[in-house]
Amino acid sequence: MQHASGDKRFKILEAFMKKYQFRHDALIEILHKAQELFGYLEDDLLLFVAFKLKLPPSRVYGVATFYHFFTLKPQGKHTCVVCLGTACYVKGADKVLAAVEARAKIKAGETTPDNELSLLTARCIGACGIAPAVIYDGAVTPRQTPETALEQVKGWISHGQ
Amino acid sequence: MVNEDLNVIAEKEQAARKKIVIRCCMAAGCMSSKSEAVKKNLEQAVNEAELSDGVEVRGVGCMKLCCEGPLVSVDSQNALYEKVTPENALELVQTLKGGNTGIKRGDWNHPFFKKQMSIVLANSGEIDPERIEAYIAVEGYQALLTVLREMTPKQVVEEMVKSGLRGRGGAGFPTGIKWGTVAKTESAQKYVICNADEGDPGAFMDRSVLESDPHSVLEGMAIAAYAVGANQGFIYVRAEYPLAIKRLQTAIKQAKQLGLLGSSIFESPFNFNIDIRIGAGAFVCGEETALMASVEGKRGTPRPRPPFPAESGLWGCPTLINNVETFANVPPIYRKGAEWFASIGTEKSKGTKVFALAGKINNTGLIEVPMGTTLRQIVEEMGGGAPDGREIKAVQTGGPSGGCIPAQHLDTPVDYDSLMKLGSIMGSGGMIVMDDSTRMVDVARYFMEFCVDESCGKCVPCRAGTQQMLHLLEKILNRKATGHDLAKLEELCDMVRHTSLCGLGQTAPNPTLSTLRFFRKEYEELLQPEEFGRYENGEARALK
Repeated sequence: MQHASGDKRFKILEAFMKKYQFRHDALIEILHKAQELFGYLEDDLLLFVAFKLKLPPSRVYGVATFYHFFTLKPQGKHTCVVCLGTACYVKGADKVLAAVEARAKIKAGETTPDNELSLLTARCIGACGIAPAVIYDGAVTPRQTPETALEQVKGWISHGQ
Repeated sequence: MVNEDLNVIAEKEQAARKKIVIRCCMAAGCMSSKSEAVKKNLEQAVNEAELSDGVEVRGVGCMKLCCEGPLVSVDSQNALYEKVTPENALELVQTLKGGNTGIKRGDWNHPFFKKQMSIVLANSGEIDPERIEAYIAVEGYQALLTVLREMTPKQVVEEMVKSGLRGRGGAGFPTGIKWGTVAKTESAQKYVICNADEGDPGAFMDRSVLESDPHSVLEGMAIAAYAVGANQGFIYVRAEYPLAIKRLQTAIKQAKQLGLLGSSIFESPFNFNIDIRIGAGAFVCGEETALMASVEGKRGTPRPRPPFPAESGLWGCPTLINNVETFANVPPIYRKGAEWFASIGTEKSKGTKVFALAGKINNTGLIEVPMGTTLRQIVEEMGGGAPDGREIKAVQTGGPSGGCIPAQHLDTPVDYDSLMKLGSIMGSGGMIVMDDSTRMVDVARYFMEFCVDESCGKCVPCRAGTQQMLHLLEKILNRKATGHDLAKLEELCDMVRHTSLCGLGQTAPNPTLSTLRFFRKEYEELLQPEEFGRYENGEARALK
């Protein structure tokens, strides 16, 4: 049975589930794949996964909301992840975060209204040797200051300039 | 695959070795500073200089001094080049022809390198982690061969007990005893799990080991599986470590191709497979019962112990869970013998420990030192002290489960028991140095906030207790608290510590308790007089 929307990505996801023989213990792997394909996990997608794995939706929703890596809201076009691990924190990551928050006029965990930038935080990305580290669109960047961070995200913030 | 095949691969690899090897760090830290481009340009420059017959550019794992990355070493010159950029790769290659370079040179004789003793990190920064042949050439998989051919599972366990290795995940449970318990439990199905969910903020040892020498972990797991009678292994690794995951996948594929994993390993009746499970960002999954729930595809919530995983673990089967560094210690122990390993370290803590040195310190990076090395040697001699001429105030070990060790206790030897006595723990090996500009109450608040976020919510003391402790710490920081609040905080610490279900809650008060113990004055300076709270408009009164 195909997904009613006809979206090809559901087919890819189903093939992935088949690879794991629709096993319940592969749920987290499957959600990783779903998020990779769709960018975020909307209710409809979670229901699809639950139906295919023959799991109660509550179980799928429970797992999706338990882990920080999964997001149930759409993300902006660009992402800026500020590492707030201890090493980054004592070296001033909080100031970097505050600077970006103030410029983008959003709080950590939010996305700008024009869907351009999502500002996120990480618990520790293990790049403590080059603290404070920030991930801009997937690229880990070492030794950030409020100034360098603002320079990076400048192009992604249309308002307030 | 038999003994001769292994030797053939090793000899072929050694024969192919070129006269000069330029090593370029390809671990996550240096890669974020463009070391991939550096390596590409180095290769190009070597080709253009027509040196490619005698010079190899090799991507290697972590070269330890992360703060000076990207790092490049040239073995013929015995030189370490720091902060190499893609642009000055050409200049660096020209030095092989007698040219000069202005690139910053590191000093191999600095205590940072000299005081290290590499067992776990022996291959890190030396071999190409993406080629199994490179690992085999440095006696890789020899330990597994010896164990399978010459030892019974019982002897393997006994040897591990003799070595005195203790779990490197933090708690320090004797590895041999854990193996023995799993081995003794009767079951048709057993599992081995490698805990690579390195969640402590400020710790990156396991990431480096997985990125730099993944095969040593696989070999260690296979030996453990043989000892306990398991045929299936899992590596539970954080999603935040994409490079480590990629290198593990490559390593497992290569090992399977050569028959070093899979069925009838080394033509023995022993079968062993390893699957990777990727975490999804939950700190509590580092706790073993929560980790197993996560491997089963469920919410990562812990459950009461006993039964311990050794008796009833993954899907109710006996399960051995060890940390990445523990497994990486296993092959050297069987290669060089338990006596050799037991001769290193202190009486109760054997071997070496890898630490991730970070924070307010000049040399940040990865160090491996024998147990019993003092904190002062680590932070002052190896780490080079605090930058900008500041004073070191405290060293934080053990992440959110550990504590802050003040400067006056820097002469403490680093081993499980000494750190425990100071109210901290060895932990997985994160070591964050704090200088005199760090406010300790803020540090306590930082870790408590972490625990509030990461509490899974299953048991009340941790879910509600951490929330209340955070509230009290914020109240103190905002100068709105009195001595009553401090007493309440201490009472709560004690309660949460003793009544929480799992390690997360039981250790959540540690950073607060240890800062209270050593830096109580900083708390008291923020307190208001006792009558403060009795006035409704307390803030106005306090300002008077």
